[in-house]
Amino acid sequence: MSTTPTPTPTPHGSWTGRVREAAVSALPPEKLLPDGQPTYVASWIYVFGVASIASLVVIIASGSILSLKGPAWWHYTGVGQFFNSVHLWAVELFFFAMVVHLWGKYWMAAWRGGRTRVWVTGAITFLVAVPTALTGYVSQQNFDAQWIATQAKDGLNSVGVGAFFNVTNFGQMYSYHVLLLPLAVVGLVTAHVLLVRRHGVVPPFALESRPTGGPPEPAGEQPPPVGAVS
Amino acid sequence: MSPTTTVIGAVFNLNHPAHVVHWHFFQMSVSNVVVIGLMFLVFALAIALPFPGATRRRGGGS
Repeated sequence: MSTTPTPTPTPHGSWTGRVREAAVSALPPEKLLPDGQPTYVASWIYVFGVASIASLVVIIASGSILSLKGPAWWHYTGVGQFFNSVHLWAVELFFFAMVVHLWGKYWMAAWRGGRTRVWVTGAITFLVAVPTALTGYVSQQNFDAQWIATQAKDGLNSVGVGAFFNVTNFGQMYSYHVLLLPLAVVGLVTAHVLLVRRHGVVPPFALESRPTGGPPEPAGEQPPPVGAVS
Repeated sequence: MSPTTTVIGAVFNLNHPAHVVHWHFFQMSVSNVVVIGLMFLVFALAIALPFPGATRRRGGGS
């Protein structure tokens, strides 16, 4: 006679309860929305991370308006040209700030202390942002877009992806630009910020390896805040 | 073109082929070279300049 194995009792029987338990355990509210940061976070490098997110918000907002109105509006009306320029310059600022932030975090070896996923999500965000911008340039519906598309076509064909990712196909490029790639960028940025909240900002080398300051911090943990950064 | 647009457009005359920096294999438009140069400059400033209030938070100054 066999006995039915007794399931391990859980505090919540439903999957929503289990997801909530896991989410709160991984990212408790005091980590998700902290009111203090270590003093070494007071650095201009992090301003450029925030500036990247601010630029992304402007990109999404201006891009949404452009997609609602269409090419004739953004080429032939003053307001449309204005929003077209806002979209372009927000992209310029996005890449500018993101590259400065990326350089800073590279030289700080920001993957230390169990922060590999924090670094990887940030680096992949940059890599995904590049085709997001390219698909935007080839979706302008002007001679500039045609020139860029025919130049990019040769490069993409040379690596064998031209048939799948066809930069001269406006419909495909526009779908990539207004839906698929922005979703990927926003998802990656969201994951990046949540991982920063979970693991904390990487401490400086000297603080991590100081001889009299106790053992190095355990992987994935954040030293206690010693000063608030407003 | 409105007078305002004409004046703003006159600040930077873009009605010509792009200027290019070309040295051996290296070829890049001047505008891209300027942007990359600015990124290096801003990166150096971001490392070198103290963040406002950072010294006070560390207890090392008034």
